[in-house]
Amino acid sequence: MALLDYLLGQRKKKSAHLAKDRLQILLAHERTEAKAPDYLPKMRDEILQVIAKYVDIDQEQLKISIDEENGFEVLELNLVLPDEKR
Amino acid sequence: MSKVIVVTSGKGGVGKTTTSASFSTALAMKGHKVAVIDFDVGLRNLDLIMGVERRVVYDFVNVVQGEASLKQALIKDKRIEGLYILAASQTRDKDALTLEGVEKVINDLKADGFDYIICDSPAGIEKGAQLALYFADEAIVVTNPEVSSVRDSDRILGILQAKSRRAEMGEDPVVEHLVLTRYNPTRVTAGEMLSKDDVVDLLSIKLLGVVPESQEVLNASNSGEPVVLNHDSDAAQAYVDIVERFLGADKEHRFLTEEKKGWLNKLFGKK
Ligand SMILES: Nc1ncnc2c1ncn2[C@@H]1O[C@H](COP(=O)(O)OP(=O)(O)OP(=O)(O)O)[C@@H](O)[C@H]1O
Ligand SMILES: [Mg+2]
Repeated sequence: MALLDYLLGQRKKKSAHLAKDRLQILLAHERTEAKAPDYLPKMRDEILQVIAKYVDIDQEQLKISIDEENGFEVLELNLVLPDEKR
Repeated sequence: MSKVIVVTSGKGGVGKTTTSASFSTALAMKGHKVAVIDFDVGLRNLDLIMGVERRVVYDFVNVVQGEASLKQALIKDKRIEGLYILAASQTRDKDALTLEGVEKVINDLKADGFDYIICDSPAGIEKGAQLALYFADEAIVVTNPEVSSVRDSDRILGILQAKSRRAEMGEDPVVEHLVLTRYNPTRVTAGEMLSKDDVVDLLSIKLLGVVPESQEVLNASNSGEPVVLNHDSDAAQAYVDIVERFLGADKEHRFLTEEKKGWLNKLFGKK
């Protein structure tokens, strides 16, 4: 029994760890998002409109964020272009 | 100097009203004059948990809308000297509260010599919750050791830091306290539940206390007595500790480890 408990204990230990790891990533992400300036969503839409003039893109594919790196504010745009097939 | 304290959480059903009721009661038991306000307009639960539901004639909305005076609406607790309850309205919609109206009620309570004004927030992070926390000097963030509750607590902390009156006026920030409730030490030990250290780490906020999962909480709500009045229960002692720490006492955290039950207790299921 003790051995079984021990083994089960080892396996279960993971779920709280998993919760903490997932939360750590999520909270970091949501905190930068919450701090983002109010104009960001509108700017994102306008940038999308411009890109859409030239490329057929999926609206959801554009990721935009403002981060701080080494004391500089960095505007980060990330867009996956579709395959040529379309 | 009166202090306004919001009890908030983001996520619903984590123990805000339970905490508001016991925290207010215990504060009044320490000799302070306390008003506890139910901001959950449309649902109204605090009066039930406090056992005063049959004495509600006028409510918070009536006062905000000028249909009743504060004196008429404040319900004086019959058990504890210095404890007053302002019930929420059950019939009005959420927009019945205005910022100006709430401000006036809070200022009137301060002028009446209340030491503490406790605001029991509705769930969510929208208007109702924002109104409940707007005037706060301090916040009790009620969290369960569970992913969605921790996440929502983090969001409400962000709102406290950005959208409270203190934040908007550029004053000292709202003082934040964590109350971790429905804690199950057995499951924490088994690695199935976030520990108090995990949650404190994640939210980076000062721990005011841990309230264990306890059957007495349901018993207390059944009988309309804040659980803190049931002196034998762990939950009651946890809430007393919380208030004493809040008032500056240095008390070690309790109820963090599995209770070692003797075989007799186990056999008879004594809690
Ligand atoms: N320490 C505890 N142990 C066991 N049950 C608890 C504990 N604290 C609260 N509960 C139970 O959890 C439920 C929700 O509690 P409560 O009403 O205080 O939450 P709330 O955050 O105010 O909810 P809402 O968001 O709906 O206002 C109730 O059934 C209550 O009895
Ligand atoms: Mg409630």
